[in-house]
Amino acid sequence: MYEKYIPLHQVHIGKTCIIKELKATGSQRRRLLDLGFTQDTPITVIRRSPLGDPTAYLIKKSIIALRQEEASKILVEIIRN
Amino acid sequence: MGLTCNACKRKAMQDTYHIKKSNPNQMIIALAGNPNTGKSTIFNELTGLKQHTGNWPGKTVTNAWGIFKHKNQEFILVDLPGTYSLFPNSAEEEIARDFICFSKPDATVIVVDASCLERNLNLVLQIIEITHTVILCVNLLDEARRKKIKVDLEKLSVELGIPVVGTIARDKKGLEDLKDIIYKVCSKKIIPHPKMTTYPKEIEDEIQKLIPMIEPLVKNKINPRWVALQMLDGDLKILEKITNYPNCKGGCHDVRL
Repeated sequence: MYEKYIPLHQVHIGKTCIIKELKATGSQRRRLLDLGFTQDTPITVIRRSPLGDPTAYLIKKSIIALRQEEASKILVEIIRN
Repeated sequence: MGLTCNACKRKAMQDTYHIKKSNPNQMIIALAGNPNTGKSTIFNELTGLKQHTGNWPGKTVTNAWGIFKHKNQEFILVDLPGTYSLFPNSAEEEIARDFICFSKPDATVIVVDASCLERNLNLVLQIIEITHTVILCVNLLDEARRKKIKVDLEKLSVELGIPVVGTIARDKKGLEDLKDIIYKVCSKKIIPHPKMTTYPKEIEDEIQKLIPMIEPLVKNKINPRWVALQMLDGDLKILEKITNYPNCKGGCHDVRL
């Protein structure tokens, strides 16, 4: 099943995807869940900072920036349209 | 005020536990909520104080307190640092949690941002697991209106089982209603019946096993179900906190376990 999903940091700017799985564990997982990174939530990639990291994401109507380190632990499915 | 060394010290925050009532009739109200939802603005409007407000999260790192009066009842309002959750990830989140859990305010007002309600409700559900005397304050209704978001306050109140007030703190709108509801909840004219989260059966079974062991430790002072949940989540520090709690001098209700 994993092949279908890609890590969030590989999603291009402007694309919207759905969060499918969190591979983070412990307090990092807790933190992501608290910030709204829950399963089946749509998330849009807004922009990347000049150095490519961190990246801003729109989730549940607010913008949150994540480092690649965190984003790589979020598996998503791209919505095709 | 920025994050000065003094404001960031753990000790600075621990000091704030020591809220002394100048007379025993005063009621303690905690102001909780996600970062940047307008807690400090509400705090200033109610108490007439000039606590620094700003449009960035993490501004309130220590909790300030002030007094306001409504219908001859004095309330001590405590402005807590903003948190996304009660599972503490940082020192200030831990302070907010500990205040709500251990200092037992007479009522907790949870301030939420009407324009991103879903994200804020996570904290609401966590707080109602600890205390039942909860009031939901849906702030920034003007922001929401601008984003064309309508919030059905009545339905929210029914769904959550707690009183809900809509406010635009910046324009001083809805604050009289908020004071009224605080007064009614504290004087037990309104008794909130929050709807608790039910967990999957395996977790509920474990909670039921733990509760009889926790009850003698907390003696009705802290919600045993909530302590059980924290333990299941792997937070063992909570037990230490409960054991140390009687030593926390001058806690706002001076609770002895």
